[in-house]
Amino acid sequence: MRLLRRFLARLKNFATGRRDDQRLREEMEEHLAWQTEENLRAGMGPAEARRQAVLKFGAVQAVREKYHAEGGLPLMENLLQDARYTLRMLVRSPGFASIAILTMALGIGATTAIFSVVDATLLHPLSYPEPNELVRIEVDQPGVGARNVSMSQPEWKDLERSGIFEFVAPIVSGSTNLTGTAQPVRIAYEGVGPSYLALLGVKPELGRWFDPHDQTPGFTLEVVISDGLWKRVFGADPRILGKNLRLDNDLFHVIGVMPPGFHDPGRTAEERNTEIWAAVGFVRDPAQPPSRGTRGIPQAIARVKPGLSIAVAQSQMDALAASLQKQFPADYPAVSGWKVRLVPLKESLVGNVRQPLMLLLGAVGLVLLIGCVNVANLLLARASARGREIAVRQALGAAKSRLVRQLLTESLLLSLLGGLAGIAILLATKGLLLGVAPDSLPRLSEISINWSVLLFALIASVAAGVIFGLAPAMQAGRLDLTNVLKAEGRGTTGSGKQARTRRILVVTEFALSLVLMIAAGLLLRSFCDLFNVQLGFDPQNTMTVRTWLPNPNDSKTDIYGSAAQEAQFVREILLQNKTLPGVNEVAVGTRESIPLNHNRWPVPLILEGREIRGNQPPLVEASSATPEYFHLLGIPLLRGRLFSDQDNENAPLVAVINQAFARTYWPDGDPLGKRVKSGRRGASWTTVVGVIADARTESIEENSVPKIYKCLFQQSDQDTNSHKELVIFLRGRLDPARIPDEARVAVQSVNPELPVFGAVALTDVVSGSLSQRRFSMEMVLLFALTALLLAGLGIYGTISYLVSERTHEIGIRLALGATRGTILQMILRQGLELAIAGAAVGLVGALIVSHLMIALLYGVSPTDPLTFIGVTLVLAAVALAASYIPALRAMRVDPLVALRYE
Amino acid sequence: MKQKTDVLQGTLGLMVLKTLDVLGTLHGYGIARRIEQISGDILAVNQGTLYPVLLKLEQEGAISSEWGASENNRRARFYRLTRSGRKLLDSETRDWEQTAAIIARFFAVKAEDLT
Repeated sequence: MRLLRRFLARLKNFATGRRDDQRLREEMEEHLAWQTEENLRAGMGPAEARRQAVLKFGAVQAVREKYHAEGGLPLMENLLQDARYTLRMLVRSPGFASIAILTMALGIGATTAIFSVVDATLLHPLSYPEPNELVRIEVDQPGVGARNVSMSQPEWKDLERSGIFEFVAPIVSGSTNLTGTAQPVRIAYEGVGPSYLALLGVKPELGRWFDPHDQTPGFTLEVVISDGLWKRVFGADPRILGKNLRLDNDLFHVIGVMPPGFHDPGRTAEERNTEIWAAVGFVRDPAQPPSRGTRGIPQAIARVKPGLSIAVAQSQMDALAASLQKQFPADYPAVSGWKVRLVPLKESLVGNVRQPLMLLLGAVGLVLLIGCVNVANLLLARASARGREIAVRQALGAAKSRLVRQLLTESLLLSLLGGLAGIAILLATKGLLLGVAPDSLPRLSEISINWSVLLFALIASVAAGVIFGLAPAMQAGRLDLTNVLKAEGRGTTGSGKQARTRRILVVTEFALSLVLMIAAGLLLRSFCDLFNVQLGFDPQNTMTVRTWLPNPNDSKTDIYGSAAQEAQFVREILLQNKTLPGVNEVAVGTRESIPLNHNRWPVPLILEGREIRGNQPPLVEASSATPEYFHLLGIPLLRGRLFSDQDNENAPLVAVINQAFARTYWPDGDPLGKRVKSGRRGASWTTVVGVIADARTESIEENSVPKIYKCLFQQSDQDTNSHKELVIFLRGRLDPARIPDEARVAVQSVNPELPVFGAVALTDVVSGSLSQRRFSMEMVLLFALTALLLAGLGIYGTISYLVSERTHEIGIRLALGATRGTILQMILRQGLELAIAGAAVGLVGALIVSHLMIALLYGVSPTDPLTFIGVTLVLAAVALAASYIPALRAMRVDPLVALRYE
Repeated sequence: MKQKTDVLQGTLGLMVLKTLDVLGTLHGYGIARRIEQISGDILAVNQGTLYPVLLKLEQEGAISSEWGASENNRRARFYRLTRSGRKLLDSETRDWEQTAAIIARFFAVKAEDLT
């Protein structure tokens, strides 16, 4: 209480700037008068009486200072004074100030930008209530090498009854065709368990959600739509509830609208952009309960019971899995090792971007650190110029701690100004930066400059200020007064120690930039390898356009239900598109036939005459296409034949496989003529008629993924996981601006109710599949180049400084007969020595870092000698170039001038 | 020697409070004189250090001050103990006596008492 009152009184004096100087002076005068009077009475002479009184009072100045300190807040006053002083000085040397502030602004701005991404994606909990209870259920069969296999309806019910979860919601994602609006539109759709929204803890903005306990088998005829769809297509109609929507020819009615900003926690951008949800029971025919083996639930999310940790839930889940395996040995053969994993939902969303993001944060942090080292170097150079000023102030009685505090205030102010400028730059370029980020980055929409990001920027600024302010401040604290003041007019101080500090700084800088350069080099090599990889197919001059065939629940309204109906449609589409301007070749395939742009959705494979290990057949990639597909994409036939128009709905089923498929399943035998079943249960025997070359159609990183192609004219429902999305491939001299409309007209001339969407050049698809890699590679490269530039500037500054220090010495050497070549060599060697020391430290760091980022590399070893040696040489070259200019200056020293100068 | 003044710095405030308690309203010189009389030569030099202490006590609210006229009609600043100052004095006195008693007991202890 007393302390508070005293503080408040001081604060008031500080704030109002009130000084009780006058009062103190009067009181002192009074005091002295009294004492003098007393002394006079004691019999002293007037002069002596006054003198004794003053002596007795003590040091007036000390009393005044103490009084003053008591009255205000000395710490704050000093701080303000220092800050004012610093500002005045910065204004006086604008060159230094702008370089230092700009360096810090770029460093802090870039670090904060990357941090804002890390903050939004990795640090922030998901925006659902109690996000820590949310998990994704992933089912593996490690015994047969299958990951992420589907679940069956009875398994879902087992999980719901297990007592481990509060809710379990299966999800089937896909498309649906919304008709009845101006244009038929294809919309990302999810069929979900009825507890989906209750599980996520979200309430619809309008209307209601499905009853979580509604166990209707099959589909409900009710849908919930997204806020975006409501506003975009229905003009935010407040009477939307109860309205009918025609989706894939079925009538649904809208029962709810999701709140704005709601996103499905899906693994792909497409799933996250779902706009229509329907409740699904996963029972086709109530009279025929689905079997355990019919695994039709591709993915599921769940919320564990409150208070149950995920680890505990996992162990209970393991126990449940074990007991199920005992109970139904036929469905869970021991060999498959059926296992249910509970993955925290956030992890499943952002797990795969954690490493690239941490790499970026590390890289940008290194740039900031290098920036700090540079500014520290600048400050040191200034400190040497200011050595006399500081020495004089110290000689006049300024306390060392006070001087150190002043220097630290200076560097803090510099870095805070830099941080402020950095934030300003960041805010100004925010839109631009977000545009650079790849769309596949999850939670992109959540990135914002919020308080925690600003706090981070503040902390980064303060830390940076302390880091680069410490060296100069300590240097000043160790100043040797006598020497400095004696070294008349030279303006340099404690050169031995200071030069050592500067050398250490430059070595650090080099080591850090070497680490960054090597990381960037490895990423660049990985990217180039991938970019130049032999794709095995030709994406040039090709565009794809997609359409969606309705897949109604009411099979009577399905006009494409039979293979014959669909084949007829496909033929008409081919015909219509062939007449488009510039089009030379047309092919049609299923969703899985677009290279590098589909979810991998392997189907079970049964080989004739081959026993299935366990109960789980191997899973392979599969798609269907028309005969022209292989030629259009330039994938060569190796053996047998391709599809022909005779392979129609009435002919025996045929398939083409790639070489990897042949190698995997018939390593010694001839695959031609062999029969396989691929797809859902009930698929028919299909004969292999041809083998094509391997192509990287599934993933650009993998060369030989077994894949089977069936003829699209023979497609039946059983084959395709009920995917009804068709892709039209167009090849020729296309006009990318006109193709979307032209293809739409062509398709709708066959059926005006079909949506046409997703027109894209195949080359864009290929480069798009590298977008995340390209993004991290480009960013790290940018940071590395910045680091290189800063390191070069650092070595230039330091060598220049050393040269100017040694001008006198060089003069003597020249006078004594040293050649200019020797001088040049001497200085260059100095620069090179610094670079070598830095490289030695940096190589060790780079080895550690490159092993940490092994998962991000492709086709290049983490100890790739080419990168390591190349980068080191580049850095050495930069060091030499940076030392060359000051070395030239040293060479041209005129001994006469240098010696006279002293 | 240095140690001694440090301790005295801390106690100067208490002396001021006690002086004002005993003598009522008083100006700075009067307080200094009084402390000097009682304590001998502690304040014989550096009488000036009294003034920062007075300011501190005033900011804490233990004393208040105002300008007034002295006995020989000179302008002087008079200090007076406030109510919270009196409370402070009481508690400080108690603390001090306690400390002093403990220290005294320690000094009284002889080696044989501890065995």
